[in-house]
Amino acid sequence: MTCSDFLKELTDYLDDTMDTRTKSELEEHLQWCHNCYVVCNTTKRTIEIYRNNELYELPNDLRTRLRSAIMSKCSASKKETTEHS
Amino acid sequence: METIQTKVNEPVSDELALVNAAKKGDVTAFEELVRRYDRNVFRIANHITQNREDAEDVVQDAFLKAYSNLGQFQGQSKFYTWLVRIAVNEALMRLRRRRPERMVSLDEDVKTEDDSVPREVADWSPNPEQLYGQGELKDILTKTIQGLPASFRTVFVLRDVEGLSTEETAEALNLSIPAVKSRLLRARLQLRERLSKYFKQRSGDGKQ
Repeated sequence: MTCSDFLKELTDYLDDTMDTRTKSELEEHLQWCHNCYVVCNTTKRTIEIYRNNELYELPNDLRTRLRSAIMSKCSASKKETTEHS
Repeated sequence: METIQTKVNEPVSDELALVNAAKKGDVTAFEELVRRYDRNVFRIANHITQNREDAEDVVQDAFLKAYSNLGQFQGQSKFYTWLVRIAVNEALMRLRRRRPERMVSLDEDVKTEDDSVPREVADWSPNPEQLYGQGELKDILTKTIQGLPASFRTVFVLRDVEGLSTEETAEALNLSIPAVKSRLLRARLQLRERLSKYFKQRSGDGKQ
């Protein structure tokens, strides 16, 4: 297995969606190829960092405001549909 | 090496019941669905539009559109996947409106092969998240992901941040599974490359 073969399989490897044979080939490659080991490890950490640190949190006051705007429009459209039917 | 497990992001047991009740006009049931997913829709919309006002509009319009089209939801996919599809389309529409000079399409397979070949292979510090304060770290993460093409960052956000499966991501974005996988790999590698600048192990030679 070459480094470029490894790279092609990286997503399936990180998601653990590959057959055991390919997986063991990749793991064997990782044992001797330091560069691929680093790329694999830091890619995994990239995903974890984005998962652990929520960007664009919805503040409570805005959340309440948006929800009440949505619900009042939903109620209005429901009323309209009922009146027209 | 341990692999990443996709997070399960919502209880679906009573979801169909809520959707069915909402279809019959139960506004409270729909409100529960809003409560369940408004944060996710807000995040996705911000990631795509990169504009807070647009993201607020996307949240409102996506839920209203979902409400008025509930009759078309057949229950073949999860309600959340269906909602995300609506939200992504609303967000892309706003992004195109704001940047008419640039073609924004999810179908476009951005030719950045070179960007996906790892150049930076220095290992990271053992605890990269602790190298920066919380605010600074979020700024770095935001700036880094904003630098990706829209088609890559949308796939990364749905798949890796929101925890949709590859199949659900493909469905929500109307892309094939190989297209999702190819964009995901390139998004992950490009983010890794760019984050390495901030997180790599310092050599301790005084140059930082």
